[in-house]
Amino acid sequence: MGKNVLKRIDLIFKHEDDCKEILQKTLNRSNDELINELIGSGLKGRGGAGFPTGLKWKLTREAAGDKKYVICNADEGEPGTFKDREILSTVPHKVLTGMAVCGRIIGATEGFIYLRGEYRYLTQTLQPEIDKFHKICDEVGLDFRVKIFLGYGAYICGEESALFESMEGKRGEPRNKPPFPTEFGYLGQPTVINNVETLAHTWTIFKYGAKKFRDLGVQDSRGSKLFSISGDTPIPGIYELELGMTVEEFVEDFGDGDTKAVQVGGASGFCVPRKKFRDIAIGYQGKLTGISLPTGGSMMLFNSSRSMYNVLHNYLEFFCEESCGQCTPCRVGTQQLLHGIRAVKRGEKPASYLDTLFALSETMKATSKCGLGQSVANSFQSIVENFREEMIY
Amino acid sequence: MTVIQERVKELVAKYGRSRENLLPILQGVADSERYVSEYSMQVIAEEMGLSAADVYGTATFYSFMEITPRGKYIIRLCKTITCFMKGKNQILLALEDALKIKLGETTPDRMFTLLETNCLGWCHKAPAMLINDDVHVDLTPEKVHEIIRSYKQKANN
Repeated sequence: MGKNVLKRIDLIFKHEDDCKEILQKTLNRSNDELINELIGSGLKGRGGAGFPTGLKWKLTREAAGDKKYVICNADEGEPGTFKDREILSTVPHKVLTGMAVCGRIIGATEGFIYLRGEYRYLTQTLQPEIDKFHKICDEVGLDFRVKIFLGYGAYICGEESALFESMEGKRGEPRNKPPFPTEFGYLGQPTVINNVETLAHTWTIFKYGAKKFRDLGVQDSRGSKLFSISGDTPIPGIYELELGMTVEEFVEDFGDGDTKAVQVGGASGFCVPRKKFRDIAIGYQGKLTGISLPTGGSMMLFNSSRSMYNVLHNYLEFFCEESCGQCTPCRVGTQQLLHGIRAVKRGEKPASYLDTLFALSETMKATSKCGLGQSVANSFQSIVENFREEMIY
Repeated sequence: MTVIQERVKELVAKYGRSRENLLPILQGVADSERYVSEYSMQVIAEEMGLSAADVYGTATFYSFMEITPRGKYIIRLCKTITCFMKGKNQILLALEDALKIKLGETTPDRMFTLLETNCLGWCHKAPAMLINDDVHVDLTPEKVHEIIRSYKQKANN
């Protein structure tokens, strides 16, 4: 506990107010050069999905459209994550600079920050920062404007296509993919949509060069990442750490000495039990190897006083409420999983019913329309597999 | 012209008639009226050239869009995992005690409405709640009574 095994990084929240100089310096470089720098940095989307940022910008730049848009996804709704709020409170100019540079590269003059309704109070400080930034854009001769679009209490709107629907004045129901936002985004136009933290990292890359970023982290998981740390830890908060650490190293620094499980990636992420702490790392390539887990930065610690049944029950209630209801596997599946674990706990169903529920979660993963329904199985399966006895007794 | 019609006209003039302005317009009505009634939705539909069903469908999708009359102060207590682990239920009891209402209800003087909500993004300072747009964190039952007292005083002044 509190061993400081992991190196603390100080890039994102580093106090730097040379906004105009950095914007000017960056805009003096060619679009090709900037895209190559971004691709070379290895930066991947920090919302959790991990799509290469440079490639996203490149594809949107090459896509044909009457108009293009840059959107900053500040609908930070995943349980256990709160880093984007802190970025927008303390270093919004880094995010705005990233958006403006992106705008120049892809050919967009309009940008939006989709801010979740829960963070509405932030507009009081964010709007003056945006006004100030517009003046800087004018001074360096860049035609670019940013507006805040306020969400209104819907987790699903963090899913990019649901976010576009919401901005278009509709129910926040995800679209079929493809087409992807790089071709068909807001109002059907090519759109770059990036997480708040991703945009803040582009500041670091444009200011210091790709190497400084690339030197952090491990292969395929380059750079640093903000982690929102909560639950049973003596030091909850936001920490910038290198990617590639094992859960064991993480727990040595942040655990309370009695950690029995860590939930990586929020309710839609994975639960790692103590016996697997050493084997699992935090990064991106895990989608293929299963050894390393991607995360938007939500890390929740549970000690031995916690019932993992209660944890799973809380997640499933969350998903039942936040499922948009559009597709059947997700709408019905989330409810059946919740009813199912309650029935097993009460003894109304045999323990073997957990296997039926397990199969249902597999079906949801395979057939749900968007990431919400597809990822319910992550926490469900990892908790039921590792804490089966707690589900039954 | 009714108050609602005036308000909607003013909002449509500010944002524009195209559909992508529907959410800001609904939010504008919710801000001034504390909720969006079915009548308001019909007025918005007429002004924007949409079907009332479309407006209703959009409005009812968003959990912060109130469609029944609410109190001046809407309390949204976070019930997601970390707040739950850090004693959310005790905070709820303290709120019910301080306000003399149950979860989901509004005080008879229309001052407070007590609701729960999903993750507010303050897990490192749990338990947390919103009162309208203001955040209150690291809650204890004692602190809850103090906060409610201060809002009551503010309302009476």
